[in-house]
Amino acid sequence: MLQVSLYRYNPETDNTPYMQEVQLDTGGKDLMVLDVLELLKGSDPSLTFRRSCREGVCGSDGLNINGKNGLACITPVSEAMKGGNKLILRPLPGLPVIRDLIVDMGQFYKQYEKVRPFLINDTPAPAIERLQSPEERAKLDGLYECILCACCSTACPSFWWNPDRFIGPSGLLQAYRFLVDSRDTATEERLADLDDPFSVFRCHGIQNCVNVCPKGLNPTRAIGHIRNMLLKRAS
Amino acid sequence: MVTAVTNLGRSGLSDWLVQRVTALVLLAYTLFIVGVVFFGPQLGFAEWKALFTQTWVRIFSMAAILSIAANAWIVLWSLTTDYLTERLMGAKATPLRLLAQAFIAIVLFTYVVWGIQILWGNHG
Repeated sequence: MLQVSLYRYNPETDNTPYMQEVQLDTGGKDLMVLDVLELLKGSDPSLTFRRSCREGVCGSDGLNINGKNGLACITPVSEAMKGGNKLILRPLPGLPVIRDLIVDMGQFYKQYEKVRPFLINDTPAPAIERLQSPEERAKLDGLYECILCACCSTACPSFWWNPDRFIGPSGLLQAYRFLVDSRDTATEERLADLDDPFSVFRCHGIQNCVNVCPKGLNPTRAIGHIRNMLLKRAS
Repeated sequence: MVTAVTNLGRSGLSDWLVQRVTALVLLAYTLFIVGVVFFGPQLGFAEWKALFTQTWVRIFSMAAILSIAANAWIVLWSLTTDYLTERLMGAKATPLRLLAQAFIAIVLFTYVVWGIQILWGNHG
């Protein structure tokens, strides 16, 4: 039997959130955490969580699993428990809980919006497309793969304390993705928007983001690149 | 862009750079003092005094004191704007934060002036 500790909160009936202890017969199989949630929802339909693709592509089911943020669909229970005897599931930390394992991602998306995550190009549009050399395209590797699951930003203490002023690892990874894109001409405006004491510089390089990213990306490195671009621009 | 008026250099980049440069100064000064204390000749009051009558030692010491003040301000400003915020504490956060920052500023200013007095004062 698998012991599961679940964060439960229904604002309509509960005054405060609580941890619910449940047991699940997994038949000795090593399931993914999302499978466990689906099985539990089978017996208690009021259990609420987000999910969609169930293969680590959509980024819907970011959770705090035994203390570490990750995607429920691609985290095996055995890996999450690491020899322990209980699976502990909580919502992503630092964001307001709407119900059970669902958080309000508004603040996260607001920071994403701030970096203007789209190509800006003030030159006349070419007849077919804007070309990029293979070398220029290679610079986007390790950046474009972000699925906005928020595992990194909600693992970052700087984002917990200043979610309204610090862009956070996910937003900054996206910011660098457009700063380094050869087809984008708004580099100067983008850098000017980031040059303040909070947006970038609240990153103290503790690398929780790198530790939890389910896609294996490195936001700390991207933030370092942004810092170097700011330094080059100002010195 | 987020604005701030209480941080050291008005810009995140300058604070970041100052923090790194001052850390290097402090590293150099620490190595210097450790070298003098542990690897130099026997130290007595006369030797210690002779060391600090040299202008370059006084300048180096002053640079270390200013570095501590700048570095400490940047770090403590960060701390106060992390934890003493309206998000975490409500309306009382702003006066509390300004009070804490004023206290830190006074302490650091005192250290600097005291440092000048120790290094260049008339000790008879």
